Order: sequence, then structure tokens, then C-alpha cells
Amino acid sequence: MSRLPVKKTYKLFIGGAFPRSESGRTFVVDGQNVALASRKDARDAVRAARGAFARWSGATAYNRGQVLYRLAEMMEARAADLAAVSGGRDEVERSIDRVVWYAGWADKLAQALGGANAVAGPYFNFTIPEPTGVVATLAPDEPPLEGLVSRILPALVSGNAVVAVASESSPLAAIELAEAAATSDMPGGALNILTGRKAELAPILAGHADVNAIDLTGANGDVAELERLAAGNVKRIVRGMPAGESLWEIEPLVEMKTVWHPVGV
Amino acid sequence: MEQATTPARTVEPFEPRLTRIGAVDAVALEARAADLAKRSIKRGSKLEALDLIVRMIDLTTLEGADTPGKVAALCAKAMRPDPVDTSVPSVAAVCIYPTLAGEARRRVDGSGVHVASVATAFPSGQSPIAIKVAEARAAVELGADEVDMVIDRGAFLSGRHAEVFDQIVKVREACGPAHLKVILETGELGTYDAVRRASLLAMAAGADFIKTSTGKISPAATLPVTLCMLEAIRDVHVETGRVVGMKPAGGIRHSKQAIQYLCVLHETLGRDWLTPQRFRFGASSLLNDVLMQIRTQKTGVYESPDRFTVD
Amino acid sequence: MAELEPRTDGGLEWTYAPAPESRAIVSFEERYGLYIGGETIEPRSGEWFTSISPASEEPLAEVAQAGPEDVDAAVGAARSGFAAWSELRPAERAKYLFRIARIIQERSRELAVAESLDGGKPIKESRDVDLPLAAAHFFYHAGWADKLEYAFPNRRPQPLGVAAQIIPWNFPLLMLAWKVAPALACGNSVVLKPAETTPLTALLFADVCRQAELPAGAVNIITGDGSTGAELVRHAGIDKVAFTGSTEVGKAIQRELAGRGVPHTLELGGKAANIVFEDCALDQAIEGIVNGIYFNQGHVCCAGSRLLVQESILEPLLGKLRNRLSTLRLGDPLDKNTDIGAINSRAQLDRITELVASGEAEGAELYQPACELPERGFWFPPTVFTNVAQSFRIAQEEIFGPVLSVMTFRTPAEAVDKANNTAYGLSAGVWTEKGSRILWMADRLRAGVVWANTFNRFDPASPFGGYKESGFGREGGRHGLEAYLRFEG
Repeated sequence: MSRLPVKKTYKLFIGGAFPRSESGRTFVVDGQNVALASRKDARDAVRAARGAFARWSGATAYNRGQVLYRLAEMMEARAADLAAVSGGRDEVERSIDRVVWYAGWADKLAQALGGANAVAGPYFNFTIPEPTGVVATLAPDEPPLEGLVSRILPALVSGNAVVAVASESSPLAAIELAEAAATSDMPGGALNILTGRKAELAPILAGHADVNAIDLTGANGDVAELERLAAGNVKRIVRGMPAGESLWEIEPLVEMKTVWHPVGV
Repeated sequence: MEQATTPARTVEPFEPRLTRIGAVDAVALEARAADLAKRSIKRGSKLEALDLIVRMIDLTTLEGADTPGKVAALCAKAMRPDPVDTSVPSVAAVCIYPTLAGEARRRVDGSGVHVASVATAFPSGQSPIAIKVAEARAAVELGADEVDMVIDRGAFLSGRHAEVFDQIVKVREACGPAHLKVILETGELGTYDAVRRASLLAMAAGADFIKTSTGKISPAATLPVTLCMLEAIRDVHVETGRVVGMKPAGGIRHSKQAIQYLCVLHETLGRDWLTPQRFRFGASSLLNDVLMQIRTQKTGVYESPDRFTVD
Repeated sequence: MAELEPRTDGGLEWTYAPAPESRAIVSFEERYGLYIGGETIEPRSGEWFTSISPASEEPLAEVAQAGPEDVDAAVGAARSGFAAWSELRPAERAKYLFRIARIIQERSRELAVAESLDGGKPIKESRDVDLPLAAAHFFYHAGWADKLEYAFPNRRPQPLGVAAQIIPWNFPLLMLAWKVAPALACGNSVVLKPAETTPLTALLFADVCRQAELPAGAVNIITGDGSTGAELVRHAGIDKVAFTGSTEVGKAIQRELAGRGVPHTLELGGKAANIVFEDCALDQAIEGIVNGIYFNQGHVCCAGSRLLVQESILEPLLGKLRNRLSTLRLGDPLDKNTDIGAINSRAQLDRITELVASGEAEGAELYQPACELPERGFWFPPTVFTNVAQSFRIAQEEIFGPVLSVMTFRTPAEAVDKANNTAYGLSAGVWTEKGSRILWMADRLRAGVVWANTFNRFDPASPFGGYKESGFGREGGRHGLEAYLRFEG
């Protein structure tokens, strides 16, 4: 007797939950209905990210590293599901190892990017990296899983909260990843994922005044216009490698804070 | 501003001489409180601890909607918390607004339960001093034998510490024989340094008890802030011999928390302070949780809230 | 646990009674062989000795006394292990270390109980400090394994080969983590010799390695006494030595390695000054003083064993300190309420006793709170000496026990002079609310670790190690990796 499978519903990932688009719209990918995010969903995602930022950035670096390692654990458990909606097993394994690689940076960024500075005077002076805040990420369309992971991990490991727009051509991998994130002990809202049209969502995020940085690595269409919109609140504009693994992918997403204190009896 | 006369009870010299104010390191204080919270209490002794907690509770209702009927129910609960088990003792006091002090007095008179009334424009304290003093006096006349006043946080936070001190002295005087608890509203003070300073100031001004909170804002009582205040009490006691009690209020809902407070109290001030004469819990829902735990200790069965009265 | 009785004034009598952590969670083998090449093997020496619980003197398990042939076998296994381990992609080495970290977290309670049984430290410490830090060290170093080129840009870091590691009995599993994690992360293999009196958590760690499916020979554990360690250091086949222990043995190791070209790091003894200024947060400083010298019964190389108090607050501080000492609970290490556990061995107890007697003989004033010592086991009550001169043995020599010597100073400069007046230089404490003074003192204190308004804080990201005769080299942080690498650039 054949058995009818219970098919998954692919929704957005906002605030740790899986809501449908407030617009009620969907689009079809591989015979699958996928939520088509609207400007209001983007607005809600930014709000969720801002709400989660204090807790995520306030966690110890060690804790962030452990949570992101657990994300890798959850992805490993879902490797077959992830492979079915992405480029396959190889891409999934690279993606999981990428998450592990970035997770290991959490408690080392301060040493690698910061330090004490020898100023000329009786002052102790030190520079520490801090997350910039809410990062909007336009994920590369290909590879759909590895590209997304390679762009959001540098932001997350340094304590930023992320609103990511998934690959437009292959969005299912992003929602599978969201399910792994939802079970990884990551605070709800630290990572938010919108599926839909980049042309519709990118300008909203680029112009949003409560977004601190925009990652244009996966941007298509009128990129100059996005940069113009970003200038509205002096956003940091970031571009990186679509499937890269480097400390220098993290560095553009942190702010350097320098503190002075006199040395005296 | 007119100087208050030194009330008969206090023994300090007229000039307010504070114990060394010093500073409080927040990280170390909170770590110490967390460490004390891990102390274990032996199962066999739990019943005595729970009994003591009941006897330390100031059962509280401080709502705009309080009526004589509400207070009557509260007093009945205060005198006999467990309708089934008469070995459960009465609580220390009921804590109400001044207009209900009379009703409370009528209900609990002769039972050993005290009547504690808030006063001084509780909870904000934002009222002219003459009115606050008059309110305290009235509360006592209406039947309160304990008064819970609030310090003037506006004055404190704008640096007018002498004014805060003077207000307490005046209210202390107006209370006459009633015993005075001074609420610091620690959740508004911002730092443990400020909590310590306010504690020392209140004690120098004649407080019989210092109390954390009105219970109307969050955070209310916490273990670290309680530890901070108990350390101030200890310093005053060591330096002057004065005994001042302490009352954490608000946010203590479970027996487990109450026991942690007793551990902090014991470790800081020793067993002499493990008495309702020197320590109270300002609480309402805590009582039922303690009653449930008491019954569980006696019967071995986990309890349901349905089997305890809601007052 | 508290034992409570009602008092007539409506109050309560309150004393604590036992709150034992269950020891059922750990089960020791009767006998542990050596962990060599991924296998457990009998010692070729044919010799065994017993590890006991210092709290009760009961035997816990028999362990092997590794002789020269066993040391040779271990180094050989580490050599082949190194070949396999260093051939792996660094990202794969990282994932083994992450596995070990996770398994330690999962088996934390079991390992904590084992640690307290074998070594005598309170379960509160092994559970809340030793185990979380041990797991954290593996977690932290796992993340470096595939990022070494960032830690040492342009230098082309390479592993050294076989690392010989000898660790002490005061933080057995934690010291193992401090040694093994960076060594493996940098691509080396390891031959580790745990201390004679505390071998058991290292042997349980061998089981953790098995669970993690660690390639054979990457980690090798040989138990034995000082002679095993000496044999290991003498072995021609080792590429690196890391030692934590007494200054005396450290010097012997340094002499043995002279001229051999074997890189080595030493983490030795200390006689740290804990400096308290009049403007400190006093109650919290008391906690820091108490933690500084009574944590782990004072068996801590970086213990704050000399208290330098600004003279203007001496009396109030001593009053609070005595009061606080009277609340310290000494007893069964497995009791969750215990603050002070057992002294690690008869030998250490004798040493402490001798030094304390010298203190009294030289004219210092001794204070100990009333303390009931259990009948069996090795115990010493928390002790404070006042009226101490810099020249007294108790102010000069490392006691490695719960004994605090109190001296005074008048000015910051005088505090610095007194603090630095020692051949040691591992750590120091500074207690003041004034930020600039903290930094001024930190500038001038000749110590590898300065704690301000805190004490005994450790983190895998924070480099730890000494100046002068407290040793050289750092453990933890990017700096700690250097000891396990050679550089082609």
C-alpha cells in the first residue's frame, strides 16, 4: 500500500518562529509553494533582529561559539534534507564545516582584531571589536546553502543580528537551515530569513534606518541604487566572497571601540 | 529646612555620622549571592525553615481597588493561613494602605499578627514632607503598629541626601511607638553603591528595618541587593551595636527563593537574625507556595494550588 | 544542608548538615593500565601503586607505575600517532577537539566527582570551576586548530612533534586540558604524565578520547611517580616539554634539557601578593582574599598567599576576615556545602604543618577559626598569620596550603616594592576602586597575571604564566599556542 507523505510548508523565519508572509503571497519553486516576503515582513524581521541583538551580543563569546557549533550539529543531523534542496552532499558538508570554522572564531576576535595600543602618555589604551548591530544580508543565489552560510556566519559569530534574504532561485535550503537554527539554542531573532524577490526586498532593507550594515554579496539588479539608499543612515556597505572562509570576512562587520584610562597612583 | 529633633530611641550623636560608606563591587557581590543561593538545606529541616518563612511574611495587599472586604479576607488568611492544618502558624503582619488600617486592626487584634501600613505617599514618595509625616501619624492612629515608608528618591538621586535623612527622622518621630521600615526602592537607585549609601543613611536616621522595594516596579527584591543591604546592617551593628532588621519585598514567589534568602541572611548576619523580629518577607503569592510545600513535606505528595485558599 | 531547630524567641538554630553529591555516578576500574597507542596496556615494569582518597584514605584504584620501557613505548606510540595526527586536515583535527569538548561537557558531573574523590577538592569547585574550564579549553583550542596562520601571520607555523607533558595534582583534569588541548590543536601528539596522587581523571580522559574516536597515539597517558616524569624528560625521542609543578623540579627539568635543543615551558610556584587599598570595596575584597588563599585549600600556584593591607584599614579588614573565616566549612569534598576540602597527601600536610610551626616559632601570630577536623584523611584548617615580617619563611616560601600571611604597607610604591620582593612572579591581586591606580600598579607589578578587584579568574582566551622563577611561557590565548609550534618563516 503506498503512503501519502506529509509535505513540509515553507514559511519565513522571523523572531525564532515560522510565520507566513503577512501579504499571504507565495511563489512556486520546484513544485513547492514558498512564502513570498513583503516589505512589512522585512520590517518585522528588522524589528525582531533589533530585539534579539542585546541578548545575542551580550552573551559571552564562548556561548556564541557553542551555539554556532550546535548549529553545525543540527545541520549535520539534517544533512540529507539539506542535500535534497541544495547542490548536494558536497555542498552540505562544506557548509557544515564552514559553520564550525566560523564558530571557532567567537572567542578569538578580540585578540585577533583588537589589542592594547602604545599611546604617547600615561594612559592605558585598548581597542576592542564590537558587533555593528543589525546586518541585512543579500545571500548569493548560488550556491544556495553554502553562500548563505558563508555570509551570515561572519555576522553572527561577531555578535550581530541578521536579516538575510535567501537565494531567489533556490530558497528551500535557507528554510531548512532556519529549522536547524531554531533548534540550536540561538535566541529567537538573532537570525531571520526572508524568502522572496530580491528586487522587492533589497531596497527596503538598504533604506531601513535601523539596519546598521548591508551585505551586498548576493545583490543583483540596481546595486548603485542600493548603495544610495544605504547612505540614508550611513550604513556600512559590505561585500565578501560568496563561499569564503576568512577572518577578513568578519572584520567589516565589527566596530572598533577604543578606550583610554589614565595610569597614575 | 527645620531640623528634626532627635527621636528618643536613637543613640547616635545629633550630627549624622555614617558608617564608612565605601564602595560595592557588583560582579563580586552578585557572584557571592549566586554562590550562597546554591547552599542546600536538609530535607529533614525543610519543615522548620518553611514554618519560619510563614512567620516572617508580611502578607500584603496594596492596590487601588482594596476594600474592607478584601482586607478582611487577607486578615483571615494571615491569622490562619492553612484552613486544614492548624499547626501552620500565623504570619508576621498584614501590610495595607492607611485607609484600611482600621479594618485590619479590628480583624487581627489579639492574634499576634501586626498591622503594617504603608505611608509617605507610597509608592512614589513625591509629596510635600508635611503631608507624608501627617500620613504616617494618621496610619498609626488608625491602628498600624508598623509603618513602611518610602525614601524620597527624587531627593536622593539629585544628591540631596541630608533632605532624605531629615525626612526619615521626621517620619520616625511621627510613628511614635510604631516600628518604622524604610523602603529604599532599590530598583530605582541604579547601583549597589547607592543602595549601600541609602541603607547607611536610613539606619543613621533611625530606621528599625530597611526594606528593598515597594513591589510596584521591577526589579524588586533580588538576592544580591539583599546581600548588599545585609552587609550594611552588619557594618552598623559591628560599629554601633544597633540592631536593624531587613525586609526584601516583591518578586519572591517560591519557597525555594525564600530559603535562599534565609541562607544569605544566615551567612551574613548569623542565626540571631533568623527571627521575624529582624527579618520579614514582603509577599503575597509566596504564602500559598510555602503552604503547598509544607503540606508536601508532611504528606509526601505534590500539591495543587486548588487546595489552598485565594484571598 | 542546614539543620534547623526552633528557638524560644521565634527564631531558628541553623547549622549545616551533609549534602553529599552522589558518588554512584562514577565507577572506577579496579586497576588501570597505561593508555598507549589507543590501547590500555599492562606496564612492562610490572609495578603498580594505589591511588587513595585524601579525605578518607580509602583506596580508589590501582594504577600502573610506568618504567623506562613503558616510557619508551609511549614515546614510540606518540611518534606514530604524530604522523597520523599531523597528516589530517587541520579542520578535521578541530572537529576531534570539538568532540572531546562536548564529551567532557556531557560527562562533567561524573568527572567532577572523580576529581573530588581522587584529589580532595570540594565538589563545588570541581563541578563549577575545574570541569567547565576543562571543557572550555578544548572548545577554545579546537577553534585555533585550523586558524594558526592568523595567529602567526607570515610565519608558517608547524607542529613540533611529540610533546612530553607533566602535570601537577592540584587541578588534575584542568591541567591536562591546559596541556593537551593546545598541543593537539597545533598538530602535535602527546605523552602526558599525571601527578602520582591524582591519576584517575586522566585515565577517565583516556576513555573520553576513545569515545571521540581520537586517532591512536595522538594522546598517550602514562602514570607513575617522579621517576616516570624524569625518564620521560630524559627520553631522546621527545620534541617538546611542558611542565607545571614546583620550582624545584622545574629547575631540575631545565638542567636536564640544557644543551638538548628541546623547547620547553615551565609553570612553577608562586608567592603572590594580594594588595588591598583603603578605598577598596571591602566586603568584596574579603571574598577575594578568602578565595585567593582558601580556594582549593590553597593548593594553587597563583594563590594570594601574602596579603598586603594598607595600614589604615588593617583592623576593620582583619575583623571581617576573621568573621568570614568562621563561616568556612571544612569537610567531605563530596558535600556540596563544603568550602575547604582535604589536603592532597600526607606529604603535603607535613610540609604545611612544618611551615606553620616555623611561622609561630619566628614570632608571627596565628589565627584559626574553630574547626572540627575529620578523623581520617588529611586536613588543615584555614589559617591567618598576622605580625609577619617579609623575612619569615612563611612570607618567603610557597606553603601550598590554606595559610595566609598578612603584612601592611602605607603607600602604593611601598606595596609594589613588597609585592615584587620575591623570586617568584606568577600573579598578584590589586583591590582599589580607583581605575588609574589599578593600571599604575599593574604596570609595576612583576607578575604574569594581575587580577584587579577579583582573583583566581581563568579563561582559555587569557594567557597565563609567570615572571622570574615562576617559570616562562604562557598557556591560553593566542600567546599560548606559540609553545607548541615551530616557525618556518
